[in-house]
Amino acid sequence: MQLVTGNRLRDGVPVYFIEGGRWSPALDDASLVDDSKADSLLAEALGGPKPLPVVAPILIEATRQNGHIEGLSLRERIRAQGPTTGPMTHQRLVIPGAS
Amino acid sequence: MYRYDDFDHRFIDERVAQYRDQVRRRLAGQLSEDEFRPLRLMNGLYLQLHAYMLRVAIPYGVLSSNQLRKLAQIGRRFDRGYGHFTTRQNIQFHWIKLEETPDILAELASVEMHAIQTSGNSFRNTTTDPFAGAAADEIEDPRTYAEIIRQWSTLHPEFSFLPRKFKIAISAATEDRAAVKMHDLGLYLRRNEAGEIGFEVMVGGGLGRTPLLSHTINPFVPRRHLFSYLEAVLRVYNQYGRRDNLYKSRIKILVQSLGPKKFAEEVEAEWNASDREAVALPDTYVREIAAAFAPPNYDRSPTDEGAITRDAAGNSGFARWLKHNIATHKVPDHAIVTISLKPIGETPGDCTSDQMDLIAALADELGHGEIRVTYEQNLVLPHVRRDRLFTLWQKLDAAGLGSSNIGLISDIICCPGMDYCSLATARSIPVAQDLSRHLAAREEAIGNFSIKISGCINACGHHHLGNIGILGVDKNGEEVYQITLGGDAGNDAAIGAILGPAVKSGEVTASIDKLIDVYLDRREGSERFPETYRRIGAKPFKDALYAPR
Ligand code: SF4
Repeated sequence: MQLVTGNRLRDGVPVYFIEGGRWSPALDDASLVDDSKADSLLAEALGGPKPLPVVAPILIEATRQNGHIEGLSLRERIRAQGPTTGPMTHQRLVIPGAS
Repeated sequence: MYRYDDFDHRFIDERVAQYRDQVRRRLAGQLSEDEFRPLRLMNGLYLQLHAYMLRVAIPYGVLSSNQLRKLAQIGRRFDRGYGHFTTRQNIQFHWIKLEETPDILAELASVEMHAIQTSGNSFRNTTTDPFAGAAADEIEDPRTYAEIIRQWSTLHPEFSFLPRKFKIAISAATEDRAAVKMHDLGLYLRRNEAGEIGFEVMVGGGLGRTPLLSHTINPFVPRRHLFSYLEAVLRVYNQYGRRDNLYKSRIKILVQSLGPKKFAEEVEAEWNASDREAVALPDTYVREIAAAFAPPNYDRSPTDEGAITRDAAGNSGFARWLKHNIATHKVPDHAIVTISLKPIGETPGDCTSDQMDLIAALADELGHGEIRVTYEQNLVLPHVRRDRLFTLWQKLDAAGLGSSNIGLISDIICCPGMDYCSLATARSIPVAQDLSRHLAAREEAIGNFSIKISGCINACGHHHLGNIGILGVDKNGEEVYQITLGGDAGNDAAIGAILGPAVKSGEVTASIDKLIDVYLDRREGSERFPETYRRIGAKPFKDALYAPR
């Protein structure tokens, strides 16, 4: 399954596309569609009113688990949840098995 | 330090105004991202994973206390209360909003700073010895020439469209503390038999996908002809450097493909054909710039060394700090202090706004208001009286800045990696944090040692130059780490060799532990790791790491 994401133009925050033309910083809000519908989701995201409030929207692979959406790649999990690196960022993503 | 003249002020202010208008037009939709990207990059603004990142230029790593206070303020007001010092002696802010960047640039301009030429195919920050002006082993203060090169290269019309970015480093000391040989162009200040100043010119160094050390193409270019010679090098690069292939566009590839000898001949021919006198470096100009770096007004009263010894005897933390973080100053009774930004288990190079404020205040109180940034991601107070060292250490230690690990194994160079960087293939910071936590207990026994970590092949963490280098790569969606051994920066610069198959992310620390065990077991006397590695070869290390379990 796939969804559309980009970074918000004015502040760079990762945002996720919701069918109907809105963007949300919460990954769980994203419209997650079958691969067969991914291209039309991207087309809808790109076709929104100009100027687009988002930089370089792209499709990424994701799944829904226990009611939550998760990006498949580590990069997307870090984009969604923040750095894994501790106190200065006030954010921490724990990745089991990692250093 | 060098102060802006009217031209510099006007130029920077105009640039901020232009940029403010560009951001306004971008937010209003009058500029597309394709149109805006080169404009923001020219002002040091990148789009990373979580936000925009602003890279602020710190010319040759020199900061005044006022400038550091301004960086602290920017960190507090526009970021999350910290900044990250980079391997190019710059600072990055990782949580920046586009709409606030014009104000940030205006704030920077108010203390004679900017973010120009921190990206793009242009000259990057010229780096130099962080101990410049204080080092006991230097011929002259290299900052004079770094500033002269900065003025010459900034927006140089002939070289604004180079095949690729261009990095220069300069050292004027016996010990190379600027990793000169890994630069596109490196300069060692030399004095010839007649006592004249000149430069040994080296070209073709660089890391990344094709790590190479530079080659000397001229052992002594007289100071007067510095510009004409640099122009000759740049012209040859501009003419023959490849623009058709990003991976082959750096000057190192040109030098490699032509061969250093042929490249030197091309430069010589270009130099001989040029009008050297037209761009000769006047002595008056050199003196004028050198005056900007005049030494501070040192207090030359003698130090009570006995008191320092007593303080050290009564405080093992201070004794350790004296051993590792203090270097010899050219003026008696003074010391060069390196402040470690590598507390055990923290992110290498990160510094909170509160810490920056404290360091600025300490620089004013005890260090003539001067601070330096090292490419090893630490800070330096270059002029501290020895009898104030204990006071300084106590204040630093109370703020979490008293780590005594300069040159030890926990003094890790590490790029931001996938926790921030959009180009990364793996994380690097957690690897550094875990290693430093794990190895700290035996770092005294290990002695001088460097670990350098990059989150992708671009090698911002200089992994090729680490005694142990670690490169994070993506293997089918999993982070794995390639290990190189035997690298070294400085006078004995060497590119590390890949040891074998990459190790899994959860196994990095244990793997490095095994390699260290081999080193400790096999080293002779005070042999450093690269020497042991050269003597015994890769096999014992491979056997230890890849032996069937
Ligand atoms: S080495 Fe790669 S991951 Fe690290 S900062 Fe440079 S580009 Fe980013």
